[in-house]
Amino acid sequence: MMPKLPVFLRLAAFALLIAFLLQPQWFEPLLRPLVQDNAPVIYNQGSLLQLTLLHLRTVAMATVAATVVAIALAILVTRASGAEFLPLSRSLVNIGQTFPPVAVLALAVPIFGFGEKPTLIALFLYGLLPIFENALTGLTTLPPSVMEAARGAGMTGGQRLVKVELPLAMPVILAGIRLSIVISLATATIGSTVAAKTLGEVIIAGLQSNNLAFVVQGGLIVAALAVLLHDGLQAAERKLVARMGR
Amino acid sequence: MIEIENITKRYGETAVVDDVSLTIAPRTVTVIVGTSGSGKTTLLRMVNRLVEPTSGAIRLDGEDNRSLPGYELRRRIGYAIQGHGLFPHRTVAQNIATVPTLLGWERSRIDAKVEELLTLFQLDPAAFGPRFPHELSGGQQQRVGVARALAAEPKVLLMDEPFGALDPIIRAKAQDDLLAIQKHFETTIILVTHDMEEAFQLADHIAVMDKGKVVQYATPSEMLLKPATSFVESLIGVGERPYRLLAIAPVASAVEPGAAEGAPISSALTQREALAELLWSGRNALPVAGPDGAIIGKISLEGLARRAAGPT
Repeated sequence: MMPKLPVFLRLAAFALLIAFLLQPQWFEPLLRPLVQDNAPVIYNQGSLLQLTLLHLRTVAMATVAATVVAIALAILVTRASGAEFLPLSRSLVNIGQTFPPVAVLALAVPIFGFGEKPTLIALFLYGLLPIFENALTGLTTLPPSVMEAARGAGMTGGQRLVKVELPLAMPVILAGIRLSIVISLATATIGSTVAAKTLGEVIIAGLQSNNLAFVVQGGLIVAALAVLLHDGLQAAERKLVARMGR
Repeated sequence: MIEIENITKRYGETAVVDDVSLTIAPRTVTVIVGTSGSGKTTLLRMVNRLVEPTSGAIRLDGEDNRSLPGYELRRRIGYAIQGHGLFPHRTVAQNIATVPTLLGWERSRIDAKVEELLTLFQLDPAAFGPRFPHELSGGQQQRVGVARALAAEPKVLLMDEPFGALDPIIRAKAQDDLLAIQKHFETTIILVTHDMEEAFQLADHIAVMDKGKVVQYATPSEMLLKPATSFVESLIGVGERPYRLLAIAPVASAVEPGAAEGAPISSALTQREALAELLWSGRNALPVAGPDGAIIGKISLEGLARRAAGPT
């Protein structure tokens, strides 16, 4: 079978990204027109690969924490005993989302100092809402006949959660995590304003020295990461959904 | 034996089930009929404690159904519902294995049971076991739903409009299959439906519910001949009475001595089917063949007309 064009495009994008991170000088001629004479074309204040890995690490840590907290919260408020906390948890998570990440950074720096911590906090708070909202949707829109059958078969509350509710809600929850990751990938660049090691460093360096090539490099790497991760996760969700025939 | 004793369920001020008492004999099929909102489903769900009664008691073989935690009770009682409620993320085999797995049966015993049930429900275990529910037709899904309910060999099977989502032809087949399987496992079945035709087709006893109360609990023929209230009468349908009466008795019990022309009909058919055959073939009588194929007598229009007559 001939590989489909979208798959080919994604593979090509991935290969280009890897090549750029490992051998950025190969791409120097392409970016040369963007800078004034004698200015450096490729980011020279650190390794692009290392910055990318740190960027991904920051996003991963914040997303894992947000996922754990958001799903735990969603499970809690969808149990009969926790239903009264639903409005409260909703508003808490909403506040996390409405608070601008920059403001979180500004407030967190005096407490935690410069570096990665304020960024992690901002990303964590920002990532909570999509995961929580989707987990809530997933757990509250399960087919009633399936839930009735699970109860009628003699499953305990815990067994229903683990064996039926979470597996059935998983595609929707994954969509929330995907959304959160994409938002975090972009938002993490702001962390470099408070000295977190992310790809934002490249963009900020470019802005400070009026070097358009730097800005484009940093921006394109972040964009490529976001697109590839988004697509990969979406494919995983589709696989899950197809299996369940929904 | 299932004893339902003065069971009442109130939601706020309204009693959905109001002081109901029923005794259900083991290895029989009891059908609870009623209009929507009559409390029939609530009554059924109180047997396996999906709904807890406000007052009264239900005993299974003399044991109060509150002597076990609800989930353990439910593992002992089969439960099949309308729209089957199969787990979409699990294969057919895994769906059927649900309760045995919860009970901690050994793998080999579970596999053997799944295979036995699939075969019994005319689904090839090798072909259907690994499929997912959405890959099955409606009738097949419904059969898997009933197989799942029977997997742990429950003595009691509760069914809530199990055939409601099926088309008429598949439904008739599913009803016949259910009766065969009930005989095979000697299960006590309580089935809820709003379809009187289905009730007469399946029931040893029928309980008619109206506004939370059981207005009549009787065998199908008693109910036809002596309806307790005008509500029961209207539920049966005045125009349907003679046909229902014929539909609940086999040809074997209406055989008369003598000979008749034409192709014989089986003594296992219902008298209603015999009547249809007589009318359609334009004859006054037909020969009847016993289970071994030998002619045992005839069945006549006059004989059936006499049997279809109500009490005078």
